[in-house]
Amino acid sequence: MTATPETQPLEPAMLDEVVIRFAGDSGDGMQLTGDRFTDVSAVFGNDLATMPNYPAEIRAPAGTIAGVSSFQVHISDHDIVTPGDSPNVLVAMNPAALKANLAELPPGSTILVNSDAFDERNLTKVGYDANPLDNGSLSSYHVVQVPMTNLTLEACKELGVKPRDAERSKNFFALGLISWMYTRPVEPTITWIEQKFSSRPQVRDANIAAFKAGLHFGETAELLEHYQIQPAKLEPGKYRNISGNLAVAYGLIAAAQQASLPILYASYPITPASDILHELSKHKNFGIRTLQAEDEIAAAAVAVGAAFAGQLGITATSGPGLDLKSEALGLAISLELPLVIVDVQRGGPSTGLPTKTEQSDLLLAMYGRHGESPLPIVAAYSPSHCFDAAFEAVRIALKYRTPVILLTDGYVANGSEPWKLPDLDALPDISVPFATEPNHDGDFCPYLRDPETLARPWAIPGTPGLMHRIGGIEKQEGTGNVNYDPANHELMTHIRANKVAGVARDIPPVEVDGDVDADVLVLGWGSTWGPISEAVRRVRAAGRPVAHAHLVHLSPFAANLGEVLAAYPKLLVPEMNLGQLSKLVRAEFLAPAESLTKVQGLPFSATEIENKIMEMLDA
Amino acid sequence: MPENEGGNGATTGDGNVAVKLGRKDFQSDQEVRWCPGCGDYSILAAMQLELADLGVRPENLVFVSGIGCAARFPYYMNTYGLHSIHGRAPAVATGVALARPDLDVWVIGGDGDMLSIGGNHLIHALRRNVSLKIIMFNNQIYGLTKGQYSPTSELGKITKSSPFGSLDTPFNPLSVALAAEATFVARTHDMDRKGMIEAFRRAHEHEGSAFVEIYQNCNVFNDGAFEGITAKEARADMIIELEDGQPIRFGTDKERGVILNAFGECEIVEVSDVGEDALLVHDEHRADPALAFALSRLSSAPTTPTPVGVFRDVSRPTYEAEVQRQLVSAVERQGPGDLAALIGTGASWEVN
Repeated sequence: MTATPETQPLEPAMLDEVVIRFAGDSGDGMQLTGDRFTDVSAVFGNDLATMPNYPAEIRAPAGTIAGVSSFQVHISDHDIVTPGDSPNVLVAMNPAALKANLAELPPGSTILVNSDAFDERNLTKVGYDANPLDNGSLSSYHVVQVPMTNLTLEACKELGVKPRDAERSKNFFALGLISWMYTRPVEPTITWIEQKFSSRPQVRDANIAAFKAGLHFGETAELLEHYQIQPAKLEPGKYRNISGNLAVAYGLIAAAQQASLPILYASYPITPASDILHELSKHKNFGIRTLQAEDEIAAAAVAVGAAFAGQLGITATSGPGLDLKSEALGLAISLELPLVIVDVQRGGPSTGLPTKTEQSDLLLAMYGRHGESPLPIVAAYSPSHCFDAAFEAVRIALKYRTPVILLTDGYVANGSEPWKLPDLDALPDISVPFATEPNHDGDFCPYLRDPETLARPWAIPGTPGLMHRIGGIEKQEGTGNVNYDPANHELMTHIRANKVAGVARDIPPVEVDGDVDADVLVLGWGSTWGPISEAVRRVRAAGRPVAHAHLVHLSPFAANLGEVLAAYPKLLVPEMNLGQLSKLVRAEFLAPAESLTKVQGLPFSATEIENKIMEMLDA
Repeated sequence: MPENEGGNGATTGDGNVAVKLGRKDFQSDQEVRWCPGCGDYSILAAMQLELADLGVRPENLVFVSGIGCAARFPYYMNTYGLHSIHGRAPAVATGVALARPDLDVWVIGGDGDMLSIGGNHLIHALRRNVSLKIIMFNNQIYGLTKGQYSPTSELGKITKSSPFGSLDTPFNPLSVALAAEATFVARTHDMDRKGMIEAFRRAHEHEGSAFVEIYQNCNVFNDGAFEGITAKEARADMIIELEDGQPIRFGTDKERGVILNAFGECEIVEVSDVGEDALLVHDEHRADPALAFALSRLSSAPTTPTPVGVFRDVSRPTYEAEVQRQLVSAVERQGPGDLAALIGTGASWEVN
């Protein structure tokens, strides 16, 4: 054990925020390190936002650029909305991690490197001719070299752990060091390690020893400044940290409870949606049935079957999985049954960038089915908003007996932020009645609709007297019988469209943040909310008026959207695609949308959007 | 078998059959639109008769189908019915059965629907042992699309899409089902009302998935495909009726039989050549599917003596019961779901 220093440690300097990026090999445990730092910061009361970024390969070749995995976390003493444009501190566990991230580091930022990993072999692997730690190429940064591997091995020496195993604890050394730098509570991490590795005492002890060694190194080495970031002044209430995928799962559970319906969740493993399946399959005590289906198609088909049988059928997917579900979506549109499909968008086309974010499924969600096949679309704009968005998707699906697509993306799904726990008693009742009686002269007509919502009755098997047969063939309005009459098909096509359009009467109007009299309105949807909000704050702080509207409902649009768009001379639409919402608002409202696009598998930085707003304001 | 053609059953039942239902109680008001002379008619009739006989309530039945001629079946049944997507019926039906283990769920489809576009869903439904009664009408042709070769068409079949003969080795549906770990496998044909009724009864009785192949004549695009074995005069010599616990024999005077050779393959023999004791004794309940598989290989086209009846009937926990068991045990272990407790799990903090 390192002796506690006799001298009183210096009082930490106060910071209002910091952005730290942990970067290393896929096998270095950077995601875990970032998660731990995030959790203790959350419990400490900071506001925060995170951005994990990892390769699709489970273990890409060690030491290569392709194998670099990183986790960026932004913590602050005030309200923040993004994981930060660029890191103030980079923790680089090897030369690849340094090289892959250096371009994003502003001069003056701190680089904390594991100097032990900067050997010739690792340097050569990423094409460094000379060691950048020695040749002055990093002179514009504050570089702190720490022999993390050796210090970790040293700390674990007494524990009887094999050196190869001990070496794997070096991420906890890094965590300890950063925890010291930012005065993070120590006990929660030690308790977490004890619980997590309780069945593997050697690993547990090595991790604790490495973590403490990192802390003590920070205290004694005097290489680094010591900071504190006070808790953020957030709205009063009970908070927890939550990722988007977890919030989707909780939102679905909450919605099922408020609908008094059991969930049947069928899904095929796919990144980055699988975590929703993992989460829901843990909660069978809520009556949730989960099925890992044989393929994406079956997952959607199983959910349709569950809906026909009177349960809340849900499926989730990503990327190519949504292509495969189109067929079942069309069936659900024709059957007019409630169904929720979560699409955690990722880079495409085809396999694309499985672990990276993109917003390029909007037009697929809108139009990606044969025939005239509209359905409502809801999009989540932040990790915690996924709870509300999932709830809303279920509400619409049930009330209008329609499939609903919930769009999230890799950025909100894997990113996390503090979430003020909702008042569960205030959640609305979203239950809908099943049909129990014949509805037409003693007969049952499965397509005799509610005149208000145009929803058809939901009569479930087991109900005497309401036996009916429906399918994907066009049905006669009212009776639901197979019908090929031209006029009837036209009627049904319009009714299906009108039903979805009518949802607009049932959703809140678009609200505009910022300056009503601004020249520029920034219109966003989904996860661009964070960087757009931050960019708009900066522009307004600079004294320039600008407005921001963010869409949660993409189909149908809120009833006042046309009016809102018409009120601003210029319209900027930032999207992580090639301008899909821009196309829609141009087509629908003839709005003069100027598109700002980014398809790098990474979210916008606030600066990118800020610059574009300034350019439009100055034009 | 009583053939109750009448229809006076009450349809406002409470789960108990107070009044015996008849075939008409299972007939919907929709006009049946299969081609005149189609084998599907006799299958529909057999199903309606058998359901009346089983004493089940129409409202507790769900017929799920995919796409194809056979898949129109649910429209003609006065039950709950879902005419879904090509190939996907076993998956849709899995959703119904998982959600509602109280229902009687039947899946109807053809050979193209179930073995081509829906092959994946079929094998996974079977291996899971979801309580689905899967009835596959095998006519060895695509009928609804007007006559292309199907996954069960014989090699060399000349059709519109194979003018020089099909090059695709056909599936043996029963072999597929057995390889997919099916717990119940049977075969019958559309000329044998008694056999169909018996197969439906046994399938219904079986707990778990049941797979029934019905040789069905498509009199428009593949007429007479099964005539070599189903014609009245051919049956005695060409149909091998499987009976549990009995030596497998057939022929007008039961003069022929089946033995298992040194390779574990079934072979047809003259009983007089081998003696009765050498004959294979059928056992539907053998845990290992090898025997049923060997029997399924006895004929791959309806040109040689063909076994019909129940090949395999073994017991394995049903999928929906196991799912239910996990739900119950989760409540026992963790208590009923408490949303407030769930979302508050893990680290949380108060802001004042």
